[in-house]
Amino acid sequence: MKLTLKIWRQENANDKGKMVTYPIDGIEGDMSFLEMLDVLNEELINKGEDPVEFDHDCREGICGACSLQINGEPHGPDRLVTTCQLHMRSFNDGDTIVIEPFRAKAFPVVKDLIVDRGAFDRIQQAGGYVSVNTSGNTIDANSIPVNKHDADESFNAATCIGCGACVAACKNASAMLFTSAKVSQYALLPQGKIEATERVQNMVRQMDLEGFGNCSNTGACEIECPKGISLENIARMNREYMSATSKG
Amino acid sequence: MGGLIKSSVAKKFAMALSGLFLVLFLGQHFTINFSSVISPDTFNEWSHFMGTNILVQAVLQPVLIFGVVFHFVMGIVLEIHNRKARAINYVSYKGNRNSSWMSRNMIYSGLVVLAFLGLHFYDFWVPELVHKYIEGHPEDAGRYYGELVEKFQDPIRVILYVVSFIFLMLHLLHGFSSSFQSVGWNNKYAKGLRGFTVAYAIIIPLGFIFIALYHYINNL
Repeated sequence: MKLTLKIWRQENANDKGKMVTYPIDGIEGDMSFLEMLDVLNEELINKGEDPVEFDHDCREGICGACSLQINGEPHGPDRLVTTCQLHMRSFNDGDTIVIEPFRAKAFPVVKDLIVDRGAFDRIQQAGGYVSVNTSGNTIDANSIPVNKHDADESFNAATCIGCGACVAACKNASAMLFTSAKVSQYALLPQGKIEATERVQNMVRQMDLEGFGNCSNTGACEIECPKGISLENIARMNREYMSATSKG
Repeated sequence: MGGLIKSSVAKKFAMALSGLFLVLFLGQHFTINFSSVISPDTFNEWSHFMGTNILVQAVLQPVLIFGVVFHFVMGIVLEIHNRKARAINYVSYKGNRNSSWMSRNMIYSGLVVLAFLGLHFYDFWVPELVHKYIEGHPEDAGRYYGELVEKFQDPIRVILYVVSFIFLMLHLLHGFSSSFQSVGWNNKYAKGLRGFTVAYAIIIPLGFIFIALYHYINNL
């Protein structure tokens, strides 16, 4: 497969950056998208040029490290997959593929296609935890009955890998889907009730401080999320937030 | 309290509540206007009530004006903030692959509706204030139908109204159902409600278009 790649190149956070075109040949349909970039980078290194920097880690869709806006969509054209799970058979011979970093004021570009998603870590640190008794009398979590529906909903919310596709897809660069998933996974469980009031307030406050946009309920985040995190989480977060605020 | 006012969730909550209030008002406005097609006397009677009832004039009207102003000011504030959240735009962005045109362009449909409100106030509200409070005419309960029909004799005005109501439809198609999501109502029951919001978003603006065309064609 012969392709034309248009890739965002940016030396560092202060560089203006620009799109650079790279022709590439010999790409197989069974290659993953990241393997295709590996091939490109080998060619660049052999020519003495700087390889294209991009985030990746597990390469099996569970770590949330890979990102990339591919032809105008986070993680590319396929649904419910991360960039590392995207295969080149999703493209055709002769295609031009535009590859950009996730764009958001809260996700500054570090280099080329790598962005700093530390804002997500800080939102998580603001309330994405539960306090447990570590004195030696810790109660086994399995001894606390949890409604099956709530357990399932909580688990679904917890499958968010924090990749940032929701922010990248949203026309407002909003992080509501991520934040709401992290709020929901605790809000639905008895262990999460104790800090529920502070949690949602602190996480929303941190989300706003990071400079993310507001949710317009376009639903783009849900469609592009590689884990299918539901918009119902945002509605739940809104309820939790207004309820917590009314309590003071 | 300061934190609540600055909060993105609270702003969207307030935006949704003001939108739901305006949707409610729209239904009431449509009901009265539609009576003009069925019975001029009923239209006159209801308009007279709305124009003279102290509760409507002193309480509901100021609340309505506040609701309208709040909704468009907050809409613009949110839009400015949202644009700042993505300082550099994508070279390639395929919003149509994951969201509706209406949901991505609420600011534009909203601005058209806002411009229409300017025309609508110029047509009906300002003359009403002049008639009652500046020229000080005695109340004539039978004048409303004639004033309405007179406005729809100008084809340019009719076209402007029709185009505006199409944009109102586009605005409501996303805004009405979206407001329930913003106030935290998205569950298995909300899916049925979505059908109602879509029907409402189509029927009410089409009804307003019908009323404008009816009075224009009826008096050719």
